[in-house]
Amino acid sequence: MNRFIGFVKKEFYHIFRDRRSLFILFGMPIAQIMLFGFAITNEINNVDIAILDHSKDAVTQEIINKISASKYFSIKQLITREADIAPIFQKGHVKAVLNFEKDFSQKLIKAHGANVQIITDATDPNTANTISNYVNAILQQYQKEVNKEIVNSYQIVPQTRMVYNPELKSVYMFVPGVMTIILMLVSAMMTSISITREKELGTMEILLVSPLKPILVIVGKVFPYIFLSIINAIIIVVLSIFIFKMPVQGSLILLGMESVLFIITALALGILISTISATQQTAMMISLMGLMLPVILLSGFIFPITSMPLPLQIISNIIPAKWFIIIIKGIMLKGVGLQYIWKETLILIAMTIFFIALSVKKYKIRLE
Amino acid sequence: MNNSKVIQVTELTKMFGDFTAVNSITFEVKKGEIFGFLGANGAGKTTAMKMLIGISKPTSGKANVAGFDVFTQAEDIKKNIGYMSQKFALYDDLTVKENITFFGGIYGLSRKRIKEKSETLIKELGLEKVTNTLVGALPLGWKQKLSFSVSLIHDPKIVFLDEPTGGVDPITRRQFWEMIYKAAHQGTTIFVTTHYMDEAEYCDRVSIMVNGKIEALNTPKILKEQFKVDNMNDVFLKLARG
Amino acid sequence: MSISVKNVSKSYKKVKALQDISFEVKPNELFGLIGPDGAGKTTLFRILTTLLFPNEGTATVSGFDVITDYKKIRKSVGYMPGKFSLYQDLTVEENLNFFATIFGTSIEENYDLIKDIYIQMEPFKNRRAGKLSGGMKQKLALCCALIHKPKVLFLDEPTTGVDPVSRKEFWDMLKRLQQKNITILVSTPYMDEAALCDRIALIQDGKILEIDTPEAIVKHFPKQIYNVRANNMYQLITCLNEYQHNHSVFPFGEFVHYTDSRKDFNPNELKLYLESKKLSDIEIEKTKATIEDTFMELAK
Repeated sequence: MNRFIGFVKKEFYHIFRDRRSLFILFGMPIAQIMLFGFAITNEINNVDIAILDHSKDAVTQEIINKISASKYFSIKQLITREADIAPIFQKGHVKAVLNFEKDFSQKLIKAHGANVQIITDATDPNTANTISNYVNAILQQYQKEVNKEIVNSYQIVPQTRMVYNPELKSVYMFVPGVMTIILMLVSAMMTSISITREKELGTMEILLVSPLKPILVIVGKVFPYIFLSIINAIIIVVLSIFIFKMPVQGSLILLGMESVLFIITALALGILISTISATQQTAMMISLMGLMLPVILLSGFIFPITSMPLPLQIISNIIPAKWFIIIIKGIMLKGVGLQYIWKETLILIAMTIFFIALSVKKYKIRLE
Repeated sequence: MNNSKVIQVTELTKMFGDFTAVNSITFEVKKGEIFGFLGANGAGKTTAMKMLIGISKPTSGKANVAGFDVFTQAEDIKKNIGYMSQKFALYDDLTVKENITFFGGIYGLSRKRIKEKSETLIKELGLEKVTNTLVGALPLGWKQKLSFSVSLIHDPKIVFLDEPTGGVDPITRRQFWEMIYKAAHQGTTIFVTTHYMDEAEYCDRVSIMVNGKIEALNTPKILKEQFKVDNMNDVFLKLARG
Repeated sequence: MSISVKNVSKSYKKVKALQDISFEVKPNELFGLIGPDGAGKTTLFRILTTLLFPNEGTATVSGFDVITDYKKIRKSVGYMPGKFSLYQDLTVEENLNFFATIFGTSIEENYDLIKDIYIQMEPFKNRRAGKLSGGMKQKLALCCALIHKPKVLFLDEPTTGVDPVSRKEFWDMLKRLQQKNITILVSTPYMDEAALCDRIALIQDGKILEIDTPEAIVKHFPKQIYNVRANNMYQLITCLNEYQHNHSVFPFGEFVHYTDSRKDFNPNELKLYLESKKLSDIEIEKTKATIEDTFMELAK
């Protein structure tokens, strides 16, 4: 037991005395979360639009007011001619133009239909889509209010409810995903260079010619990082809750325990990489390329797995991140308890045991 | 022997932060001399040498190498000297011939000249059979002799050798020193650092650096008489013990 | 026997690192493995410390087979691989504590073994190992290898690149350790250190050239060596190399070690020859062979 403690002590010394690893361990995650959270957003806020109002009557005015009142849009300019539309887009000042046709309110009342053109700058198709949807939503709402007074309108009004994330806040999508990526990358990267560093420095030789058993070395190297990664996870969750206002519907304790499990899975994967890499550079390459890309693409973080071709869907099953994202979204957004995520939890446990066992097996007790 | 001075150093100093690696050293080297720059690892030899070959800027002092100032004419120095680094500086994944051609090109030799030099070199070193072998596959001693020859390929006035005989077997070491003698005989000045004290005996004059300062500078013979010992190793021991 | 090596061979792809090596080391002996880079010293050490498999042959350390009983060997030997492999970012004391703990002991338990060496390092005990001088690093590495009182100590080139003063001190320490019942196998490229061992094996290109005590090896030198000196070293070497009766011509500091191929060699004849080549201040004297001379003669 003493040997194990002595070994873990040494590992802690290494971690805290190496500025680079401290930066990766703590600096990177915080930086990433802030970046993702603030910079990448699917929502729109204060988008500049221009209005071309050929009617200038009470109805168009009311619609324009509603639009202006929403926090999504900001009316930058009122233009007066069709010819002004193209230049205003070219200048890049506005992202959308609303074009109300002549005699709007009269057509609405008498002809049961008036046209308003929503022209969006689709150089960014996502934003254009969202703008168009939001404008539509505002228009629909106005219509509902107006139609309440007309008795003989039979309409099927679809009611959409975005469950769990009514405002379609992108934070809800990103935080679980980014948390997963960060925990996975940092944990795996750190441990992957841990063993290879000993090989490169030559201290591995001395460790081998000693009574230390391989399993002690492996567990001893994983141990310190568990604590440090937990601190990381806590920081990320705290940031998400207080800065990004992300709710945690479910049990924080369950969230904590599942996170610890995932951390151990990632660490074990890192150690496995370490046992098969000869140099720190190789280890880093494998962790970055071999883990980061699949995690971003195949974990369901950005792209839904169910829309991928079947072979990729099957591959995505071996990525631990995929299961953790399901777990974490479940707890944070849906507030489910263990009974709904026990299957995914079990899968993670099995993966962890598998990685550790494989590491022990691959751990070279000789230099060739 | 022509007594013109090819290296002149006056109070040369190099500091890294507040650590003084080279502390105000002063010495001269004459043309055709074999000058040994001795000292333990960490004494400042390599740092001093880097300043003389123009790849490190001194903190203070003056130095002239091959007639050029180390502060302002570093590039000219590089063109006029040869340099063999501690790790032999040849490309392991190029053949003998390719290495010679490559370095010949770097030193600005014409194709014709490179061809001539290649043939001479390969013949002198007895490398005919391995002309097209990768350098990485050659034994250490051969690499080292080739590296030395390559550093002379552009007929420089001075050649700087940084610990050229590390780890090599005794026979190859001596063959190497015979090559050095030959080059000196032909007028090339040799500036060599080493921590093998017995090699100090091969030099015309040696300087011994301790903690950044030159603590002894003379011919091996005079130093041995001065310290009343019969070999350079003991000179060093006496010097280091103060 | 403390260490027993029988017909060990080892190859890496096409390179034959060791060829049919056999030797034995007696208990408490200070045995030196003398040879340049590439001779096979490190490969041999790695086989004996159970880090590599031999392709052929057998070897035992303290009676344990290096292949089948490797675990027992790893628990009981001390090993200092070449090139300062300690933890550079741990302090002197932390390094020592770590290695003591790994071997299930403590610094206090075997303090007497490392006392002489540790006293020199004590002022630096809180300094990071990476910031020590070369000589100090090696002394620290030695302490760490000794801390668990091993029966056999393997030191792979412990003094390479270290200044002469530290080298001397290191070997003084080894001599003192011998008295504490430890068998020491040490490798070095420095021929002058060979004289300090009880017995030595000269090794080059994977083959053992000779094994014996330093004195005996030197006595085996087959010819009489002459120290030759003249006013110009380069010309002297060239002339001697051209001399038809030469057997070996090797510069040795201010002299050239010359051996003649004839049994009835008369130095005066050589002197006349050199004078005819316009050399002056000629001195020719008999001298004793050194280990280096023997090494080169055997390696030729």
